[in-house]
Amino acid sequence: MTSLSPQDQAVEIQEHHEESHPDHRMFGLATFLVADAMTFAGFFAAYLTFKAVNPLLPGAVYELELPLPTLNTILLLVSSATFHRAGVNLRRSDMQRCRRWLLLTAVLGLAFLVSQMVEYFTLPFGLTDNLYASTFYALTGFHGLHVTLGALMILIVWWQCRTPEGRVTADNHFPLEAAELYWHFVDGIWVVLFVILYLI
Amino acid sequence: MTLTLPQQSKPPSLQPTGWLRYLSFSVDHKVIGLQYLVCGFAFYLIGGALAGAIRTELTSPVADFMPRDVYNQVLTLHGTVMIFLWIVPVVNGAFGNYLIPFYVGARDMAFPRLNAVAFWLIPPAGLLLITSYFITGAAQSGWTAYPPLSLTTPATGQIIWILSVLLLGGSSIFGGINFIATILKLRRPGLKLMQLPMYCWAMLGTSILVVLSTPVLAGTLILLSFDIVAHTGFFNPGMGGNVVVYQHLFWFYSHPAVYIMVLPAFGLVSEILPIHCRKPLFGYTTMVYSIMAIVVLGLVVWAHHMFTSGTPPWMRLFFTIATAFIAVPTGIKFFNWIATLWGGKISLNSAILFSCGFIVNFVLGGITGVALAQVPFDVHVHDTYFVVAHFHYIVYGGSVFVIFASVYHWFPKVTGRMLDENLGRFHFLLTFIGFNLCFAPQHWLGLNGMPRRVAEYDPQFAFVNQISSVGALLMALSTLPFLWNVIASARSGEIAGDNPWRALTPEWLTTSPPPVENWKGEPPLVTHPYGYGIPADQIDLKDASGSDLWSNGR
Amino acid sequence: MILVLGGLWIGQNINLLPVDASVNAPIYDELFRVLFSIGTILFVGIVGLVVFSLVRFRRKAGQIGDGIALEGNLPLEIFWTAVPAIVVLFVGLFSYDIYERMGGMVPLGHGGHGDSQATEERVWGGIGTAGAMQASSEMLVPPLPVEVTAMQFAFLFHYPEGDIISGELHVPSGRPISLKMEAKDVIHAFWVPEFRLKQDIIPGQPTLLNFTPTRPGRYPVVCAELCGPYHGGMRSTVVVESADDYDAWFQANRKLPVSEA
Repeated sequence: MTSLSPQDQAVEIQEHHEESHPDHRMFGLATFLVADAMTFAGFFAAYLTFKAVNPLLPGAVYELELPLPTLNTILLLVSSATFHRAGVNLRRSDMQRCRRWLLLTAVLGLAFLVSQMVEYFTLPFGLTDNLYASTFYALTGFHGLHVTLGALMILIVWWQCRTPEGRVTADNHFPLEAAELYWHFVDGIWVVLFVILYLI
Repeated sequence: MTLTLPQQSKPPSLQPTGWLRYLSFSVDHKVIGLQYLVCGFAFYLIGGALAGAIRTELTSPVADFMPRDVYNQVLTLHGTVMIFLWIVPVVNGAFGNYLIPFYVGARDMAFPRLNAVAFWLIPPAGLLLITSYFITGAAQSGWTAYPPLSLTTPATGQIIWILSVLLLGGSSIFGGINFIATILKLRRPGLKLMQLPMYCWAMLGTSILVVLSTPVLAGTLILLSFDIVAHTGFFNPGMGGNVVVYQHLFWFYSHPAVYIMVLPAFGLVSEILPIHCRKPLFGYTTMVYSIMAIVVLGLVVWAHHMFTSGTPPWMRLFFTIATAFIAVPTGIKFFNWIATLWGGKISLNSAILFSCGFIVNFVLGGITGVALAQVPFDVHVHDTYFVVAHFHYIVYGGSVFVIFASVYHWFPKVTGRMLDENLGRFHFLLTFIGFNLCFAPQHWLGLNGMPRRVAEYDPQFAFVNQISSVGALLMALSTLPFLWNVIASARSGEIAGDNPWRALTPEWLTTSPPPVENWKGEPPLVTHPYGYGIPADQIDLKDASGSDLWSNGR
Repeated sequence: MILVLGGLWIGQNINLLPVDASVNAPIYDELFRVLFSIGTILFVGIVGLVVFSLVRFRRKAGQIGDGIALEGNLPLEIFWTAVPAIVVLFVGLFSYDIYERMGGMVPLGHGGHGDSQATEERVWGGIGTAGAMQASSEMLVPPLPVEVTAMQFAFLFHYPEGDIISGELHVPSGRPISLKMEAKDVIHAFWVPEFRLKQDIIPGQPTLLNFTPTRPGRYPVVCAELCGPYHGGMRSTVVVESADDYDAWFQANRKLPVSEA
């Protein structure tokens, strides 16, 4: 807002406004996550409808192996807990521990992605084989995209709180809290996805 | 007020000054609002030209004006441009961004930068859509893009269409998040929710619909693009897919989309009527509840677009009842508006004329809507010109009339100058006659057997189609006095003063045009935005007429 | 009161519809007349109120005062919530009744296809047989099965009884017809305005349409779902003829001897 014409008064008001403006970014993020959840809800609804009304073509029924996805579920749930620990330590201004927990969370997230890739390569069907296969890949792939973004965010936050002068400090924990909320959301979606896709 | 006269010798000018701001990434909510409005109007002219091409083709029963596939491209573009680039951005983005911060007593939106991003997604998306026509040929499957037709028509146009609608959907979601946060979180201290002007409630309801339903459309279109690009089979019956699932997911967004286009219009009318009738808005509380009822019901009526799609009987029954009941809260709003008119001192200016034109058109659209909700009725007229007529009565007779009313109402606020009233009334007359001439006969066409989206039809329908095309021509001409009025008045219109309508809503309690950051000093606390009128016990009995007393219940 | 009577008169006497040519068309017209009457009453009433208010309460030259500060009236609000609710409920129940008489509520797949029950294939939706059943119980005629195939941009009608393939639908007047419809490529719709019936024809999801034609004549069959460039030209004709004429046409075209049931 560098003004072309002198508007000292406006600038003055703006400064006043900046300091009195409470931070609503978490609220905005939460609203966005509601929207994101609706995208998943659409996919889930499509999957369940397909399953209910569209009989699979002969020979197209695949049993999914459970061990790997169960491991994935555990990985994500543990990573939620570790992220929470990172947040607790940040609020205690213990940057050392905060970074350690963050790194652990990122590693767990990446392990999830690797394990997901392993599952993809061992599955007996490809993306375009049949309706079931396509829906499976669309759902897990869209979720995997979210995990990838989340892992990137964690690494960025990790990078940002490496020094006391970094962007994320005990005074500014919005980036970390935003990433944390997002990560919990992605975990929650995975649990629903796991139940719907693998257990039902 | 006479004391301030000398200051008005200086012509009012837009704040902030400098035209470059209005063409660049500005984070000022008023600049963004105007960007939405002007950009939307440009797309309205494009969409109108496309409509003109359609009506020209339909003046004769044979397909002679343009090739048939071009005709399908034109009708697809017309629908997409008018919905996603004109009405949705203007009733939400333009007026929402301009007015909501005023109404909640804030200096800007909750997330100004996100706001600017949301706007700047629109021009590239629109240009992408329009240029696809010239480069590869646009999508040909209608704005509904039903598969498998959308899978078999040329893929490039369809993919560009999907990309562009995804961008516009993203813009809409970002805008919705911003409105929810602004209305719920940015109210100045002391301002209660039930003291907000009605447009805030309408935008809150609309934004909830946007946030809940637009992502579903986005997900669906991503699946559709997989079907086109990666040859998956979600909606491809040849690969075991299910085309009706697409329709369910599509209409889960696209029915609420009608409310996304119409609820803000309801809100705007609720702002305009009390000011020009000099009366409080009748039944504020019921108006708020009916908006929320429309939001809830609006999410559970989508399958009434699919009564002939092979849906099971129980589903048809449920959606018939849900749809019919949405008429109740809508009806409440209309009766409240009429009660607001009743007993007022109504200035018959362009804003009021367009608002009342809206009431008349929308009531007709609503009545045909209730009829269409009845399965047996719909089974005959589904996908015919009856539906075309109904839909245009809702979104043109409804939303677009309100957009014009709002321009006449808020022009003095935005520019500090008045629009020419005589030109405005002439504009109303042309639009109203042209609109009804164009769309009323289409009800008959639909009932008698003319399907929609056709380039050729039975010769017996030629005469009525020609009447309709004449109406369309009048509508096209009616934009000329409007454009002239806006351009001429912005340069040399009568100076309006800060509050020409003597209004009480917060946006009028500052200078016109408003300064950057909206108010010099503290924002005012307006607890009774509709506190017009003389209290009943203070009426001067000598001046009052019988009807005044009667409508007052004495 | 004048409004109500006027609305009823308009509803009953102004006919906007084409001729009725099937058993359910008069039923439909009954619904249409009721909706048209209610709609006219509401529309004229509301427009009348708006115009009256605009004229009666307009600001005369020189007036500057305000209206009355009337913010609401609870009994009035309850009144105009209840009235539309009752009207809507009535219309809903009435149209449900109409729909049932048309056969829309019959569970599909039961008795859907006359005597050829061997069809294991799932039927996804459509208009069931109640209307046709009523007629057939009076006349004791089994419905005439016809298979409809829709493709870009034509309808094909196949008569399994005589293995006839025709581009026009020939049906005997007074006998229930049972159409089993399937699309080859994209979604089409089978619409006969004079029958007041429409059903989408969906690829991969066979649909049913039952009706009983009553009035001999030639009526258009219209595709009502955008199906490509020549959508507007995708038309056919349904020929409703007397039983004798139909028999003559059937005998002249059939390829298989009909095993008489």
